[in-house]
Amino acid sequence: MSADLRIEHVQVRYGGFTALHDLTLHVPANTTLGLVGESGSGKSTLARAVAGLIVPAEGRMTLGGRALDKRRSREQRKQIQMIFQNPDASLNPRHSVRGILSEALLFHKMTRGRAQTEQRCRELLEQVRLPADSLDKYPHEFSGGQRQRIAIARALSVEPELLIADEPTSALDVSVQRDVLELFLEIRERLKLTVLFISHDLGVIHAVSDTVAVMRQGELVEFAPKERFFVRPETEYGRELLAAVPKMPIAAGSAERNLTF
Amino acid sequence: MKTERMLTTPEIGTDPVLPPGTRGPRGWSRIRRIPALMAGGVMLLLLILLAVFIPWISPFDPTAQDLSSFLQPPSAEHWLGTDQLGRDLFTRLIYAARTDLGIMVLAEIIPFCSGIAIGLLAGYYGGWVNTIVSLVTDTFIAFPFYLIVIIVAFASGAGAKGIYITFVLVGWIVFARVSRGLAASLREQEWIASAQTLGLPGWRILLRHLLPNILPQAVVVLMTDMVGVLVAIVTLGYLGIGIAPPTPDWGTMIADGQSFMTTAWWLSAVPGFAVVYTGIALSLLGDGLADLWRRKS
Repeated sequence: MSADLRIEHVQVRYGGFTALHDLTLHVPANTTLGLVGESGSGKSTLARAVAGLIVPAEGRMTLGGRALDKRRSREQRKQIQMIFQNPDASLNPRHSVRGILSEALLFHKMTRGRAQTEQRCRELLEQVRLPADSLDKYPHEFSGGQRQRIAIARALSVEPELLIADEPTSALDVSVQRDVLELFLEIRERLKLTVLFISHDLGVIHAVSDTVAVMRQGELVEFAPKERFFVRPETEYGRELLAAVPKMPIAAGSAERNLTF
Repeated sequence: MKTERMLTTPEIGTDPVLPPGTRGPRGWSRIRRIPALMAGGVMLLLLILLAVFIPWISPFDPTAQDLSSFLQPPSAEHWLGTDQLGRDLFTRLIYAARTDLGIMVLAEIIPFCSGIAIGLLAGYYGGWVNTIVSLVTDTFIAFPFYLIVIIVAFASGAGAKGIYITFVLVGWIVFARVSRGLAASLREQEWIASAQTLGLPGWRILLRHLLPNILPQAVVVLMTDMVGVLVAIVTLGYLGIGIAPPTPDWGTMIADGQSFMTTAWWLSAVPGFAVVYTGIALSLLGDGLADLWRRKS
Protein backbone atom coordinates (compact mmCIF):
# COMPACT_ATOMS: atom_id res chain seq x y z
CA MET A 1 0.00 0.00 0.00
CA SER A 2 1.37 3.34 -0.91
CA ALA A 3 0.15 6.83 -1.61
CA ASP A 4 1.72 10.09 -2.67
CA LEU A 5 2.02 13.02 -0.30
CA ARG A 6 1.26 16.50 -1.52
CA ILE A 7 1.97 19.55 0.63
CA GLU A 8 0.67 22.85 -0.70
CA HIS A 9 1.47 26.27 0.72
CA VAL A 10 1.72 24.97 4.28
CA GLN A 11 2.56 27.49 6.94
CA VAL A 12 3.15 26.74 10.63
CA ARG A 13 3.33 29.40 13.31
CA TYR A 14 4.27 29.11 16.95
CA GLY A 15 2.75 32.20 18.50
CA GLY A 16 4.37 35.06 16.61
CA PHE A 17 7.17 32.93 15.18
CA THR A 18 6.73 31.42 11.74
CA ALA A 19 8.43 28.01 11.71
CA LEU A 20 7.39 27.06 8.18
CA HIS A 21 6.87 29.56 5.38
CA ASP A 22 4.55 28.65 2.54
CA LEU A 23 5.98 25.20 1.87
CA THR A 24 5.06 23.19 -1.18
CA LEU A 25 6.35 19.65 -1.76
CA HIS A 26 5.38 16.50 -3.54
CA VAL A 27 6.51 13.00 -2.58
CA PRO A 28 5.45 10.48 -5.26
CA ALA A 29 4.06 7.15 -4.11
CA ASN A 30 6.64 4.54 -3.11
CA THR A 31 9.53 6.99 -3.07
CA THR A 32 11.61 8.49 -0.29
CA LEU A 33 12.12 12.18 0.23
CA GLY A 34 15.27 13.00 2.19
CA LEU A 35 14.86 16.17 4.19
CA VAL A 36 18.07 17.92 5.22
CA GLY A 37 18.89 21.15 6.97
CA GLU A 38 20.50 22.48 10.12
CA SER A 39 18.68 22.35 13.45
CA GLY A 40 15.94 24.93 13.63
CA SER A 41 15.40 24.80 9.88
CA GLY A 42 11.87 23.48 10.30
CA LYS A 43 12.45 19.82 9.37
CA SER A 44 10.83 18.41 12.47
CA THR A 45 8.06 20.98 12.36
CA LEU A 46 7.22 19.84 8.84
CA ALA A 47 7.29 16.20 9.98
CA ARG A 48 4.97 16.91 12.90
CA ALA A 49 2.61 18.91 10.71
CA VAL A 50 2.41 16.05 8.21
CA ALA A 51 1.83 13.56 11.04
CA GLY A 52 -1.00 15.72 12.34
CA LEU A 53 0.71 16.45 15.64
CA ILE A 54 0.63 20.18 15.01
CA VAL A 55 -1.97 22.05 13.04
CA PRO A 56 -0.73 24.31 10.24
CA ALA A 57 -2.02 27.84 10.10
CA GLU A 58 -2.33 27.79 6.33
CA GLY A 59 -2.19 25.43 3.39
CA ARG A 60 -3.44 21.94 2.59
CA MET A 61 -2.06 18.43 2.46
CA THR A 62 -3.26 15.37 0.62
CA LEU A 63 -2.29 11.72 0.88
CA GLY A 64 -3.10 9.58 -2.12
CA GLY A 65 -5.33 12.35 -3.41
CA ARG A 66 -7.45 12.47 -0.24
CA ALA A 67 -7.29 15.65 1.80
CA LEU A 68 -5.83 15.48 5.30
CA ASP A 69 -8.07 17.55 7.55
CA LYS A 70 -6.73 19.99 10.07
CA ARG A 71 -8.41 17.93 12.76
CA ARG A 72 -7.46 14.45 11.69
CA SER A 73 -9.84 11.54 12.01
CA ARG A 74 -8.54 8.30 13.54
CA GLU A 75 -8.38 6.77 10.05
CA GLN A 76 -6.35 9.68 8.74
CA ARG A 77 -3.94 9.50 11.66
CA LYS A 78 -3.33 5.80 11.15
CA GLN A 79 -2.24 6.31 7.54
CA ILE A 80 0.78 8.32 8.63
CA GLN A 81 3.17 6.93 11.22
CA MET A 82 6.30 8.46 12.65
CA ILE A 83 9.57 7.13 14.01
CA PHE A 84 11.38 9.46 16.36
CA GLN A 85 14.94 10.28 17.13
CA ASN A 86 15.22 9.42 20.80
CA PRO A 87 14.83 5.71 21.50
CA ASP A 88 14.70 6.41 25.25
CA ALA A 89 11.54 8.47 24.93
CA SER A 90 9.78 6.68 22.10
CA LEU A 91 8.30 3.80 24.14
CA ASN A 92 6.03 4.01 27.17
CA PRO A 93 8.22 2.68 30.01
CA ARG A 94 5.26 1.01 31.74
CA HIS A 95 3.98 -0.99 28.78
CA SER A 96 5.35 -4.37 27.75
CA VAL A 97 6.31 -4.89 24.12
CA ARG A 98 3.11 -6.90 23.70
CA GLY A 99 1.13 -3.95 25.07
CA ILE A 100 2.97 -1.51 22.81
CA LEU A 101 2.43 -3.54 19.63
CA SER A 102 -1.11 -4.70 20.31
CA GLU A 103 -2.65 -1.49 21.62
CA ALA A 104 -3.61 0.00 18.25
CA LEU A 105 -4.51 -3.44 16.86
CA LEU A 106 -7.00 -3.98 19.65
CA PHE A 107 -8.33 -0.44 19.74
CA HIS A 108 -8.99 -0.27 16.00
CA LYS A 109 -10.18 -3.90 16.01
CA MET A 110 -7.66 -4.78 13.32
CA THR A 111 -7.34 -8.33 14.61
CA ARG A 112 -10.00 -10.76 15.75
CA GLY A 113 -9.47 -12.63 18.95
CA ARG A 114 -6.50 -13.20 21.20
CA ALA A 115 -4.73 -15.73 19.00
CA GLN A 116 -4.79 -13.50 15.96
CA THR A 117 -3.50 -10.50 17.91
CA GLU A 118 -0.69 -12.60 19.30
CA GLN A 119 0.10 -13.87 15.83
CA ARG A 120 0.21 -10.33 14.43
CA CYS A 121 2.51 -9.15 17.25
CA ARG A 122 4.90 -11.99 16.50
CA GLU A 123 4.84 -11.11 12.80
CA LEU A 124 5.65 -7.50 13.60
CA LEU A 125 8.59 -8.53 15.78
CA GLU A 126 9.80 -10.83 13.03
CA GLN A 127 9.66 -7.97 10.56
CA VAL A 128 12.06 -5.96 12.72
CA ARG A 129 14.12 -9.08 13.47
CA LEU A 130 13.54 -9.26 17.20
CA PRO A 131 13.02 -12.59 18.97
CA ALA A 132 9.44 -13.57 19.86
CA ASP A 133 10.27 -13.71 23.58
CA SER A 134 10.63 -9.92 23.51
CA LEU A 135 6.85 -9.64 23.83
CA ASP A 136 6.86 -9.97 27.61
CA LYS A 137 9.74 -7.58 28.19
CA TYR A 138 9.69 -3.90 29.01
CA PRO A 139 11.46 -1.08 27.15
CA HIS A 140 14.23 -0.67 29.73
CA GLU A 141 15.36 -4.21 29.02
CA PHE A 142 16.38 -3.31 25.47
CA SER A 143 19.27 -1.41 23.90
CA GLY A 144 18.75 1.78 21.92
CA GLY A 145 18.83 -0.01 18.57
CA GLN A 146 16.38 -2.66 19.76
CA ARG A 147 14.03 0.01 21.07
CA GLN A 148 14.12 1.73 17.72
CA ARG A 149 13.15 -1.58 16.12
CA ILE A 150 10.21 -1.87 18.49
CA ALA A 151 9.21 1.67 17.54
CA ILE A 152 9.33 0.68 13.87
CA ALA A 153 7.21 -2.42 14.57
CA ARG A 154 4.68 -0.27 16.42
CA ALA A 155 4.48 2.12 13.46
CA LEU A 156 3.89 -0.82 11.11
CA SER A 157 1.15 -2.28 13.32
CA VAL A 158 -1.48 0.05 11.83
CA GLU A 159 -0.37 -0.58 8.23
CA PRO A 160 0.50 3.01 7.33
CA GLU A 161 0.86 4.37 3.81
CA LEU A 162 3.37 7.05 4.72
CA LEU A 163 6.21 6.67 7.18
CA ILE A 164 8.00 9.67 8.64
CA ALA A 165 11.42 9.01 10.08
CA ASP A 166 12.72 11.94 12.11
CA GLU A 167 16.45 11.29 12.54
CA PRO A 168 15.76 7.65 13.43
CA THR A 169 19.42 6.66 13.67
CA SER A 170 21.21 9.76 14.92
CA ALA A 171 20.90 8.85 18.61
CA LEU A 172 22.32 5.37 18.03
CA ASP A 173 25.86 4.01 18.07
CA VAL A 174 27.50 4.04 14.67
CA SER A 175 27.61 0.23 14.51
CA VAL A 176 23.90 -0.01 15.30
CA GLN A 177 22.95 2.80 12.91
CA ARG A 178 23.80 0.69 9.92
CA ASP A 179 21.67 -2.26 11.05
CA VAL A 180 18.64 -0.13 11.79
CA LEU A 181 19.01 1.69 8.49
CA GLU A 182 19.28 -1.55 6.54
CA LEU A 183 16.21 -2.87 8.27
CA PHE A 184 14.39 0.32 7.45
CA LEU A 185 15.29 0.08 3.77
CA GLU A 186 14.24 -3.55 3.63
CA ILE A 187 10.85 -2.83 5.19
CA ARG A 188 10.31 0.12 2.89
CA GLU A 189 10.89 -2.07 -0.16
CA ARG A 190 8.74 -4.93 1.10
CA LEU A 191 5.78 -2.82 2.17
CA LYS A 192 6.13 -0.30 -0.67
CA LEU A 193 5.96 2.67 1.67
CA THR A 194 6.19 6.33 0.87
CA VAL A 195 8.77 7.82 3.21
CA LEU A 196 9.69 11.22 4.54
CA PHE A 197 13.18 10.78 5.95
CA ILE A 198 14.77 13.51 8.02
CA SER A 199 18.45 13.58 8.77
CA HIS A 200 21.28 16.01 9.11
CA ASP A 201 23.62 13.22 7.99
CA LEU A 202 24.07 13.57 4.23
CA GLY A 203 25.54 10.07 4.01
CA VAL A 204 22.31 8.63 5.37
CA ILE A 205 20.23 10.86 3.11
CA HIS A 206 22.22 9.67 0.12
CA ALA A 207 21.63 6.06 1.07
CA VAL A 208 17.87 6.27 1.49
CA SER A 209 16.49 9.06 -0.69
CA ASP A 210 15.08 9.32 -4.18
CA THR A 211 14.57 13.04 -3.85
CA VAL A 212 16.30 15.52 -1.59
CA ALA A 213 14.77 18.62 -0.07
CA VAL A 214 16.96 21.17 1.69
CA MET A 215 15.37 23.42 4.28
CA ARG A 216 16.68 26.56 5.88
CA GLN A 217 14.93 28.91 8.29
CA GLY A 218 11.55 27.39 7.60
CA GLU A 219 11.83 27.58 3.84
CA LEU A 220 12.54 25.08 1.11
CA VAL A 221 15.76 26.17 -0.56
CA GLU A 222 16.43 23.21 -2.78
CA PHE A 223 14.29 20.34 -4.07
CA ALA A 224 15.93 17.97 -6.51
CA PRO A 225 16.37 14.32 -7.44
CA LYS A 226 19.13 12.76 -5.37
CA GLU A 227 21.48 12.24 -8.32
CA ARG A 228 21.34 15.86 -9.25
CA PHE A 229 21.60 17.24 -5.72
CA PHE A 230 24.69 15.26 -4.76
CA VAL A 231 26.53 16.07 -7.98
CA ARG A 232 25.35 19.53 -8.91
CA PRO A 233 23.50 21.30 -6.09
CA GLU A 234 21.69 24.33 -7.45
CA THR A 235 22.07 26.69 -4.54
CA GLU A 236 25.02 28.09 -2.67
CA TYR A 237 23.57 26.67 0.58
CA GLY A 238 23.35 23.19 -0.94
CA ARG A 239 27.00 23.40 -1.96
CA GLU A 240 27.94 24.54 1.54
CA LEU A 241 26.14 21.59 3.09
CA LEU A 242 27.90 19.13 0.84
CA ALA A 243 31.26 20.77 1.39
CA ALA A 244 30.76 20.51 5.15
CA VAL A 245 30.58 16.72 5.06
CA PRO A 246 33.83 15.46 6.57
CA LYS A 247 36.16 13.22 4.57
CA MET A 248 33.93 13.05 1.57
CA PRO A 249 35.71 14.16 -1.58
CA ILE A 250 32.78 15.66 -3.44
CA ALA A 251 34.97 17.48 -5.89
CA ALA A 252 36.76 14.30 -6.89
CA GLY A 253 33.98 13.44 -9.33
CA SER A 254 33.39 10.03 -7.80
CA ALA A 255 30.99 11.47 -5.28
CA GLU A 256 28.41 8.77 -5.84
CA ARG A 257 30.68 5.97 -4.80
CA ASN A 258 32.22 7.70 -1.81
CA LEU A 259 29.00 8.82 -0.27
CA THR A 260 27.86 5.85 1.66
CA PHE A 261 26.47 5.73 5.10
CA MET B 1 39.07 -16.70 48.96
CA LYS B 2 38.52 -13.12 49.81
CA THR B 3 38.45 -12.02 46.20
CA GLU B 4 36.06 -14.82 45.37
CA ARG B 5 33.62 -13.60 47.95
CA MET B 6 33.83 -10.08 46.63
CA LEU B 7 33.03 -11.25 43.16
CA THR B 8 29.99 -13.25 44.08
CA THR B 9 28.30 -11.18 46.76
CA PRO B 10 27.20 -7.73 45.72
CA GLU B 11 27.61 -5.03 48.33
CA ILE B 12 24.60 -4.35 50.47
CA GLY B 13 22.71 -1.27 49.40
CA THR B 14 24.11 -1.09 45.90
CA ASP B 15 22.06 -2.00 42.94
CA PRO B 16 24.21 -3.64 40.30
CA VAL B 17 23.77 -2.19 36.83
CA LEU B 18 22.08 -4.86 34.81
CA PRO B 19 22.89 -5.39 31.16
CA PRO B 20 19.96 -4.91 28.81
CA GLY B 21 17.89 -8.00 28.31
CA THR B 22 18.14 -9.22 31.89
CA ARG B 23 15.67 -8.64 34.65
CA GLY B 24 16.35 -7.19 38.05
CA PRO B 25 15.02 -8.85 41.18
CA ARG B 26 11.25 -8.74 41.33
CA GLY B 27 8.52 -8.58 43.92
CA TRP B 28 9.34 -9.47 47.48
CA SER B 29 13.11 -9.62 47.22
CA ARG B 30 13.14 -6.12 45.77
CA ILE B 31 10.93 -4.78 48.54
CA ARG B 32 13.14 -6.40 51.18
CA ARG B 33 16.14 -4.47 49.94
CA ILE B 34 14.63 -1.12 50.87
CA PRO B 35 14.83 -0.61 54.64
CA ALA B 36 12.55 2.45 54.67
CA LEU B 37 9.82 0.53 52.87
CA MET B 38 10.14 -2.45 55.20
CA ALA B 39 10.21 -0.35 58.37
CA GLY B 40 7.31 1.89 57.34
CA GLY B 41 5.28 -1.09 56.15
CA VAL B 42 5.83 -3.07 59.34
CA MET B 43 5.07 -0.08 61.59
CA LEU B 44 1.85 0.69 59.79
CA LEU B 45 0.81 -2.93 59.53
CA LEU B 46 1.27 -3.35 63.29
CA LEU B 47 -0.97 -0.38 63.98
CA ILE B 48 -3.62 -1.56 61.52
CA LEU B 49 -3.62 -5.08 63.01
CA LEU B 50 -4.02 -3.66 66.51
CA ALA B 51 -6.86 -1.40 65.35
CA VAL B 52 -8.65 -4.25 63.63
CA PHE B 53 -8.29 -6.78 66.44
CA ILE B 54 -8.60 -4.51 69.48
CA PRO B 55 -12.05 -5.87 70.50
CA TRP B 56 -10.41 -9.28 70.97
CA ILE B 57 -7.15 -7.94 72.43
CA SER B 58 -8.64 -5.74 75.13
CA PRO B 59 -11.45 -6.68 77.52
CA PHE B 60 -12.33 -3.00 78.09
CA ASP B 61 -14.91 -0.79 76.45
CA PRO B 62 -13.28 2.44 75.18
CA THR B 63 -16.14 4.61 76.43
CA ALA B 64 -17.17 2.78 79.63
CA GLN B 65 -16.35 4.93 82.63
CA ASP B 66 -15.16 3.48 85.91
CA LEU B 67 -14.74 6.33 88.38
CA SER B 68 -13.54 3.96 91.11
CA SER B 69 -10.25 3.46 89.28
CA PHE B 70 -9.40 6.79 87.64
CA LEU B 71 -5.92 8.11 86.82
CA GLN B 72 -4.19 4.84 87.54
CA PRO B 73 -0.56 4.41 86.45
CA PRO B 74 0.29 1.63 83.99
CA SER B 75 -0.20 -1.84 85.45
CA ALA B 76 -0.67 -5.44 84.35
CA GLU B 77 -4.40 -4.90 84.07
CA HIS B 78 -4.30 -1.43 82.47
CA TRP B 79 -1.18 -1.53 80.25
CA LEU B 80 -1.06 2.25 79.89
CA GLY B 81 -3.08 3.15 82.96
CA THR B 82 -6.49 4.84 83.04
CA ASP B 83 -7.68 8.37 82.33
CA GLN B 84 -9.57 10.82 84.51
CA LEU B 85 -12.83 8.92 83.95
CA GLY B 86 -11.27 5.52 84.64
CA ARG B 87 -11.23 4.40 81.01
CA ASP B 88 -8.41 2.11 79.90
CA LEU B 89 -5.87 4.28 78.04
CA PHE B 90 -4.47 1.55 75.77
CA THR B 91 -7.95 0.56 74.61
CA ARG B 92 -8.86 4.18 73.93
CA LEU B 93 -5.58 4.76 72.12
CA ILE B 94 -6.18 1.94 69.67
CA TYR B 95 -9.88 2.73 69.19
CA ALA B 96 -8.76 6.31 68.49
CA ALA B 97 -6.45 4.92 65.80
CA ARG B 98 -9.55 3.36 64.22
CA THR B 99 -11.34 6.71 64.25
CA ASP B 100 -8.45 8.88 63.11
CA LEU B 101 -6.90 6.57 60.52
CA GLY B 102 -10.35 5.78 59.12
CA ILE B 103 -11.20 9.44 58.68
CA MET B 104 -7.71 10.10 57.29
CA VAL B 105 -8.11 7.47 54.56
CA LEU B 106 -11.70 8.41 53.72
CA ALA B 107 -10.85 12.11 53.60
CA GLU B 108 -8.10 11.46 51.03
CA ILE B 109 -10.00 9.25 48.58
CA ILE B 110 -11.96 11.96 46.75
CA PRO B 111 -9.12 14.55 46.74
CA PHE B 112 -6.66 11.93 45.46
CA CYS B 113 -8.87 10.92 42.53
CA SER B 114 -10.17 14.35 41.63
CA GLY B 115 -6.74 15.96 42.00
CA ILE B 116 -5.13 13.48 39.64
CA ALA B 117 -7.97 13.84 37.12
CA ILE B 118 -7.80 17.63 37.16
CA GLY B 119 -4.00 17.63 36.98
CA LEU B 120 -3.91 15.19 34.08
CA LEU B 121 -6.45 17.15 32.05
CA ALA B 122 -4.70 20.46 32.72
CA GLY B 123 -1.22 19.11 32.02
CA TYR B 124 -2.11 17.17 28.90
CA TYR B 125 -4.47 19.55 27.19
CA GLY B 126 -2.85 22.77 28.41
CA GLY B 127 -4.61 25.89 27.16
CA TRP B 128 -7.34 27.54 29.16
CA VAL B 129 -7.96 24.49 31.37
CA ASN B 130 -4.35 24.69 32.48
CA THR B 131 -4.57 28.44 33.07
CA ILE B 132 -7.62 28.08 35.30
CA VAL B 133 -6.18 25.15 37.26
CA SER B 134 -2.88 26.95 37.88
CA LEU B 135 -4.73 30.04 38.97
CA VAL B 136 -6.89 28.12 41.45
CA THR B 137 -4.06 26.02 42.86
CA ASP B 138 -1.76 29.02 43.26
CA THR B 139 -4.51 30.97 45.01
CA PHE B 140 -5.21 28.15 47.45
CA ILE B 141 -1.51 27.63 48.15
CA ALA B 142 -1.25 31.28 49.15
CA PHE B 143 -3.90 30.75 51.87
CA PRO B 144 -2.76 29.45 55.25
CA PHE B 145 -3.97 25.84 55.23
CA TYR B 146 -5.15 25.73 58.85
CA LEU B 147 -7.16 28.90 58.42
CA ILE B 148 -9.21 27.16 55.74
CA VAL B 149 -9.49 24.00 57.82
CA ILE B 150 -10.72 25.83 60.91
CA ILE B 151 -13.16 28.05 58.99
CA VAL B 152 -14.75 25.08 57.21
CA ALA B 153 -14.81 22.99 60.40
CA PHE B 154 -16.60 25.80 62.22
CA ALA B 155 -19.02 26.40 59.37
CA SER B 156 -19.97 22.75 58.98
CA GLY B 157 -20.11 21.91 62.68
CA ALA B 158 -17.81 19.68 64.70
CA GLY B 159 -17.18 16.06 63.78
CA ALA B 160 -15.84 14.11 60.87
CA LYS B 161 -18.11 15.89 58.37
CA GLY B 162 -16.16 19.14 58.62
CA ILE B 163 -12.93 17.30 57.95
CA TYR B 164 -14.35 15.55 54.89
CA ILE B 165 -15.73 18.79 53.47
CA THR B 166 -12.45 20.62 54.06
CA PHE B 167 -10.40 18.01 52.26
CA VAL B 168 -12.81 17.64 49.35
CA LEU B 169 -12.44 21.42 48.93
CA VAL B 170 -8.69 21.84 49.32
CA GLY B 171 -7.09 18.38 49.42
CA TRP B 172 -7.08 17.87 45.63
CA ILE B 173 -4.69 20.78 45.08
CA VAL B 174 -1.54 18.90 46.07
CA PHE B 175 -2.35 16.03 43.73
CA ALA B 176 -3.41 18.32 40.92
CA ARG B 177 -0.12 20.22 41.12
CA VAL B 178 2.00 17.08 41.05
CA SER B 179 0.12 15.35 38.26
CA ARG B 180 -0.20 18.52 36.21
CA GLY B 181 3.56 19.02 36.23
CA LEU B 182 4.26 15.40 35.37
CA ALA B 183 1.62 15.27 32.64
CA ALA B 184 2.95 18.45 31.07
CA SER B 185 6.47 17.07 30.89
CA LEU B 186 5.44 13.56 29.79
CA ARG B 187 3.27 15.07 27.06
CA GLU B 188 6.46 16.08 25.26
CA GLN B 189 7.70 12.48 25.26
CA GLU B 190 7.67 10.83 21.90
CA TRP B 191 5.59 7.86 23.00
CA ILE B 192 2.70 10.23 23.57
CA ALA B 193 3.10 11.57 20.02
CA SER B 194 3.19 7.96 18.82
CA ALA B 195 -0.03 7.17 20.64
CA GLN B 196 -1.58 10.17 18.90
CA THR B 197 -0.47 9.12 15.43
CA LEU B 198 -1.76 5.60 16.12
CA GLY B 199 -5.20 7.22 16.24
CA LEU B 200 -5.82 6.66 19.95
CA PRO B 201 -8.26 9.11 21.49
CA GLY B 202 -7.32 11.56 24.24
CA TRP B 203 -9.10 9.72 27.06
CA ARG B 204 -7.19 6.57 26.27
CA ILE B 205 -3.86 8.37 26.20
CA LEU B 206 -4.73 9.92 29.57
CA LEU B 207 -5.83 6.67 31.19
CA ARG B 208 -3.52 4.10 29.65
CA HIS B 209 -0.39 6.11 28.96
CA LEU B 210 -0.17 9.05 31.34
CA LEU B 211 -1.96 7.75 34.43
CA PRO B 212 0.26 4.68 35.02
CA ASN B 213 3.33 6.90 34.74
CA ILE B 214 1.96 9.46 37.19
CA LEU B 215 0.39 7.17 39.76
CA PRO B 216 3.60 6.11 41.58
CA GLN B 217 4.58 9.73 42.20
CA ALA B 218 1.03 10.56 43.27
CA VAL B 219 1.00 7.66 45.75
CA VAL B 220 4.27 8.87 47.26
CA VAL B 221 2.73 12.32 47.66
CA LEU B 222 -0.39 10.69 49.12
CA MET B 223 1.68 9.12 51.90
CA THR B 224 3.20 12.45 52.93
CA ASP B 225 -0.09 14.23 52.52
CA MET B 226 -1.88 11.74 54.77
CA VAL B 227 0.47 12.74 57.58
CA GLY B 228 -0.77 16.30 57.12
CA VAL B 229 -4.39 15.15 57.14
CA LEU B 230 -3.84 13.14 60.31
CA VAL B 231 -2.23 16.10 62.06
CA ALA B 232 -5.16 18.28 60.95
CA ILE B 233 -7.70 15.78 62.36
CA VAL B 234 -5.79 15.62 65.64
CA THR B 235 -5.42 19.40 65.78
CA LEU B 236 -9.15 19.93 65.28
CA GLY B 237 -9.84 17.34 67.98
CA TYR B 238 -7.43 19.11 70.30
CA LEU B 239 -9.12 22.45 69.64
CA GLY B 240 -12.51 20.91 70.35
CA ILE B 241 -13.89 21.35 66.82
CA GLY B 242 -13.04 17.88 65.54
CA ILE B 243 -14.28 14.49 66.66
CA ALA B 244 -16.81 14.96 69.47
CA PRO B 245 -16.38 13.00 72.71
CA PRO B 246 -16.93 10.29 73.81
CA THR B 247 -15.65 8.85 70.48
CA PRO B 248 -11.97 8.20 71.13
CA ASP B 249 -9.62 10.45 69.13
CA TRP B 250 -5.96 11.28 69.69
CA GLY B 251 -6.59 15.03 69.58
CA THR B 252 -9.22 15.09 72.34
CA MET B 253 -7.13 12.63 74.35
CA ILE B 254 -4.15 14.98 74.27
CA ALA B 255 -6.38 17.91 75.26
CA ASP B 256 -8.06 15.97 78.09
CA GLY B 257 -4.75 14.80 79.52
CA GLN B 258 -3.34 18.30 79.67
CA SER B 259 -4.90 19.08 83.07
CA PHE B 260 -3.04 16.11 84.59
CA MET B 261 0.37 16.87 83.10
CA THR B 262 2.14 16.87 86.49
CA THR B 263 0.52 13.74 87.93
CA ALA B 264 -0.20 11.55 84.88
CA TRP B 265 1.93 12.92 82.03
CA TRP B 266 1.40 9.77 79.91
CA LEU B 267 -2.24 10.68 79.32
CA SER B 268 -1.14 13.33 76.79
CA ALA B 269 2.23 11.88 75.87
CA VAL B 270 0.95 8.49 74.69
CA PRO B 271 -1.56 9.77 72.10
CA GLY B 272 1.03 12.35 71.04
CA PHE B 273 3.49 9.55 70.50
CA ALA B 274 0.88 7.65 68.49
CA VAL B 275 0.56 10.60 66.09
CA VAL B 276 4.34 10.80 65.69
CA TYR B 277 4.57 7.02 65.22
CA THR B 278 1.94 7.02 62.46
CA GLY B 279 3.53 10.04 60.82
CA ILE B 280 6.93 8.36 60.76
CA ALA B 281 5.44 5.12 59.42
CA LEU B 282 3.68 6.91 56.55
CA SER B 283 6.74 9.00 55.71
CA LEU B 284 8.98 5.95 55.64
CA LEU B 285 6.49 4.13 53.49
CA GLY B 286 6.36 7.08 51.08
CA ASP B 287 10.15 7.28 50.89
CA GLY B 288 10.42 3.54 50.42
CA LEU B 289 7.84 3.45 47.64
CA ALA B 290 9.59 6.32 45.86
CA ASP B 291 12.84 4.38 46.12
CA LEU B 292 11.21 1.19 44.86
CA TRP B 293 9.70 2.84 41.82
CA ARG B 294 12.81 4.86 41.06
CA ARG B 295 14.86 1.70 40.91
CA LYS B 296 12.32 0.02 38.67
CA SER B 297 12.54 2.64 35.94
